[in-house]
Amino acid sequence: MSTPPDSQATEVRSLNRRLAALVLALVTLLLVAALGAALGSVRTPPSAVAQLCWARLTGNPVPADLPPAWETILFEIRFPRVVLGGLVGMTLAVAGAVYQAIFRNPLADPYLIGVSSGASFGATVAMYFVWRFAWGGLNAISLAAFAGALLTTAAIYSLARVGGRTPVTTLILAGVAVGAVLSAGTTLLMFTASDAFHTIHILGWLMGSLALANWEEVRAILPYLLLGFLVIGWHAHTLNVLQLDEEQAQALGIEVERVKGVLILATSLAAAAAISVSGVIGFVGLVVPHIVRLIWGPDHRFLLPTSALLGAIGLILADSLARTLFAPRELPLGVVTALVGAPFFLHLLRRQKREVF
Amino acid sequence: MDAYPLEMTDVSFAYDERSALQKVSLRLTPGEVVSLIGPNGAGKSTLIKLAAGLLRPRNGSVKLFGDPATEWRRRDLARLVALVPQGPYIPPTFTVWESVLLGRTPYLGLLGLAYKSDRRITSQALEWVGIAHLADRRVGELSGGERQRVVLARALAQEPRCLLLDEPTTHLDLNHQVATLSLLRQVASQEGVAVLMVLHDLNLAASFADRLVLLVDGRVVAQGSPAEVLRRERLVTVYGDNITVLTRPDDGHRPAILPRRRSVEVR
Repeated sequence: MSTPPDSQATEVRSLNRRLAALVLALVTLLLVAALGAALGSVRTPPSAVAQLCWARLTGNPVPADLPPAWETILFEIRFPRVVLGGLVGMTLAVAGAVYQAIFRNPLADPYLIGVSSGASFGATVAMYFVWRFAWGGLNAISLAAFAGALLTTAAIYSLARVGGRTPVTTLILAGVAVGAVLSAGTTLLMFTASDAFHTIHILGWLMGSLALANWEEVRAILPYLLLGFLVIGWHAHTLNVLQLDEEQAQALGIEVERVKGVLILATSLAAAAAISVSGVIGFVGLVVPHIVRLIWGPDHRFLLPTSALLGAIGLILADSLARTLFAPRELPLGVVTALVGAPFFLHLLRRQKREVF
Repeated sequence: MDAYPLEMTDVSFAYDERSALQKVSLRLTPGEVVSLIGPNGAGKSTLIKLAAGLLRPRNGSVKLFGDPATEWRRRDLARLVALVPQGPYIPPTFTVWESVLLGRTPYLGLLGLAYKSDRRITSQALEWVGIAHLADRRVGELSGGERQRVVLARALAQEPRCLLLDEPTTHLDLNHQVATLSLLRQVASQEGVAVLMVLHDLNLAASFADRLVLLVDGRVVAQGSPAEVLRRERLVTVYGDNITVLTRPDDGHRPAILPRRRSVEVR
């Protein structure tokens, strides 16, 4: 039997290419994170960032020639912000990739089935009534957003369930309908808010911001993200099979309904946790997986980790722009991701001229 | 395993209120090639989906290798039964190699990693179906017939004991129709795979199947050897009387069906 040697060689070549891309993305992420930490109203040169990090890692005393405030600025303000931004970007990109795969819909994003409308409504309610409680490192706004996102997703999922199955179209339509109701509720609350401060506060959250990032929030959301990533990563090959239609996937041994439920649960959990501390940041989850697919193809065992890294890079960059362009004022993060992301994506789309999805 | 690869007993099925199959009984033995024939809307595709465990019968039982089709764990079943559906969707960006490798899904280990044996079986399947030279091409660049053969190769890569095919020869030219059906016969006789396929072309069915099952309006109206099933009196009631039935002296006196012109009144 003569095996086709070229296809094996091609596979090895593309594997090498993909590994190189992964390593490159990882290095870029570290550089971008260092850049994000160096930027801000107080300029801390990258060399100082490196020195301070080195001192922390080795347990040596901080060099005396650096201002003592820099250490606090870096480790208590900028690093948590960069790390949180990276985690949120990662989650949005991975969630987008998963939803695009299980709904076999190129327009799917992390917010498709209610996470954003639910989170927005929850956060708005908390801000409207000025709730003050906190739990497990999250403030009332984040907790309300988290709960709102999960409850909405659960409601949409059970609404779309007919006779033991959850057809994709029904799910999407139910998501759109419930989302419309919740958006109306959010707008209504904003409209009736007693003063302009409230409205601006709510609007600011809705457009996404990492201005209040701290280590407690990082610690609070990390378990949900890790759990989500673990479940999603475990199903990477299954997501490849799900690119076919459901009948074929079943005939190839996939329990489609069960897998869909598990993946929606895990993805919503991670996305809800991320959005609860960042607000609604559009476009990252929609576009990053497409960019990866355009350049490196549709294999999810590669698409997922690369999307995660690219999502983190993109969001840290966007956040760096958001807080430096009009410093000391901060731009809403969602505005930056859309303004920068959309043209870049369109450029790629035009250049490839190949059907991607 | 002594149980039949497929055993359907008094199976009825309906889409909502519209009945699709009524009291259908059918049995496949290992190494046998059976063709489902019948007019459009007779329930052939529905029967294939029931046999694959994709639909649950209203009444009656569908057993695969002795156990009810809907009670099998999908992964276990996919190692025994492979399906070639009608007009299946494959994302255009998948390469042929990737698409056929998906047939190894029920065997893959942790995280879907493919072993050397998976690669070997995949390239063998490509070879059998005659598309090894297309391995690196993207599915979106293929013709309908080439895509059809990709799906067949994927089914073979599953190493099934039972193959269910819904019109495996559509989009294929005559040469590839013959090649595909000969391959299925070979797989059946050499490996003892049971083959159930829907064929529209009665002549292909007559030439390549051991046994025909004629389905009309959701009922089995005849089953048996091609010569037994394809009698003119019977075909006339099913397909109308514009046909001629011959026997082929070149091929074991199997029947051959030719169409006749019908005058159509144009007003």
